[in-house]
Amino acid sequence: MSCKVRIPAPLQRFTDGADLLQSDAANLPALLGELTARFPELKDRLCEPDGRPRRFFNVYINDEDIRFLGGNNYQFAPGDEVLILPSIAGGKS
Amino acid sequence: MSFELGLFCRDCGKQFPSQPLAGCDECFAPLEVAYDLKAVGRSLSRDALQSRPRTIWRYRELLPVPSSPAPHERPVGGTPLVAAPRLAAALGVRELYIKNDAVSFPTLSFKDRVVAMALSKAREFGFRTVACSSTGNLANALAAGAAAEGFEAYVFTPADLEEAKIAGTVIYGARLIKFSGNYDQVNRLCSELAQKYPWGIVNVNLRPYYAEGSKTVGYEIAEQLGWRLPGAVVCPMAGGSLIGKIAKAFDELQQLGWVAAESPVRICGAQATGCSPISTAVKQGQSEITPQRPATIARSLAIGNPADGFYAARTIIQSGGWAEDASDPEIVAAMRLLAQTEGIFAETAGGVTLASAQKLIAQNRIDRGRPLVLVITGNGLKTLDAVQQPEVTIPVLAPSLRQLEAYLATPLPPRSIGAEAQLVTA
Repeated sequence: MSCKVRIPAPLQRFTDGADLLQSDAANLPALLGELTARFPELKDRLCEPDGRPRRFFNVYINDEDIRFLGGNNYQFAPGDEVLILPSIAGGKS
Repeated sequence: MSFELGLFCRDCGKQFPSQPLAGCDECFAPLEVAYDLKAVGRSLSRDALQSRPRTIWRYRELLPVPSSPAPHERPVGGTPLVAAPRLAAALGVRELYIKNDAVSFPTLSFKDRVVAMALSKAREFGFRTVACSSTGNLANALAAGAAAEGFEAYVFTPADLEEAKIAGTVIYGARLIKFSGNYDQVNRLCSELAQKYPWGIVNVNLRPYYAEGSKTVGYEIAEQLGWRLPGAVVCPMAGGSLIGKIAKAFDELQQLGWVAAESPVRICGAQATGCSPISTAVKQGQSEITPQRPATIARSLAIGNPADGFYAARTIIQSGGWAEDASDPEIVAAMRLLAQTEGIFAETAGGVTLASAQKLIAQNRIDRGRPLVLVITGNGLKTLDAVQQPEVTIPVLAPSLRQLEAYLATPLPPRSIGAEAQLVTA
């Protein structure tokens, strides 16, 4: 049940430069738990204290906003491409 | 002397020097322009504004622009605040005003204001090419501004853009590209573009500066009311930025001591029912936004994932205001009501604003005894397809006086407002 997780440029410094990861997580909460355990620096930036993604990120599954697919209830399918994108993006600092 | 201090993060407070950046690199929240408001207060009095032209530049100390007038500054803003007694009577309120950006110079929507800010900053940052993603009004405004101020311009829109807005963009020489997707998808593409190209993308990497232009709507309303704040203001919401900036403007004027601190202004939002992520959240009493897929004739408000939705909802709730939304027939009926009571032809967003205001008044969310301002953001000529009525026949007579008199003698139908030509009840 492996999905691909694309990490956009602004977040790569928190994933040791990785831009593409694999995961067997079943859904978004599981994926976020896995990512933040593996990359602790992502935790406060990506998630609220209760584990929900912060509102400044959109999560896309195969280019579709996950909130239109059921959000946390969406079960990842094999080969799904997950993209976590800052919603206020733009510019290089 | 400029009073701009740089950028700060709305969430974690991190500060940044002035630059083309829209999001915090630490926490990814949006950035906002910071000013030394105390210094503004020491340096500038309300009276000092009297001799300045009635344009957005009148308030330059409160905007991210140079401190002295420059030749490229166009006479944007200073639109009429129209007293609307006939509409007030129809709505059952004592005092009503229309802030009429339907006549904004040069492209007949409030976007002229935010574009002027973005171009000022683009010039300062050395950009030669500017761009935007747009549901239409921003496209027009950027194309015109870029032509007048010497920038190359790219404009990206959804494929179903109205003909008037297409013509109103390409006439200025901008390069318009349509995408077979909705606005949210086009906007996301612009975010990716901003990472790669050295362009000033006004609603992406210039967003904090661009957005500040909307404060001028608030400053003008206050000054035009005689340095008073209204009891309530109803503002349409697309991305959710304008409404927050009007509230910010009122707040700054109170901090400067330029307006009396009366009862708080109820900041009220208006959306189309077919794209109502923000009004839905407000009506649930909370500010977390669930995106929607837009389906409304109010295409200028068809943003299903509003970037400032959370802040708009929070501003509304904290001010004691509320939000409502209007169906397509209600929107058209309200466009007609505004035109036929006050002679103002607003675009669909204006119909959204008035129809929503009618509901808010009926629900007693707006105090009928205090001044009410409706923010009209664009001109009806831009959304003609919304009000074209194929079933209405215009008479064609032979040019004879007898024919005409015979026609006039027949009972004429009442001026049509539409099937919903009655006060909307809650």
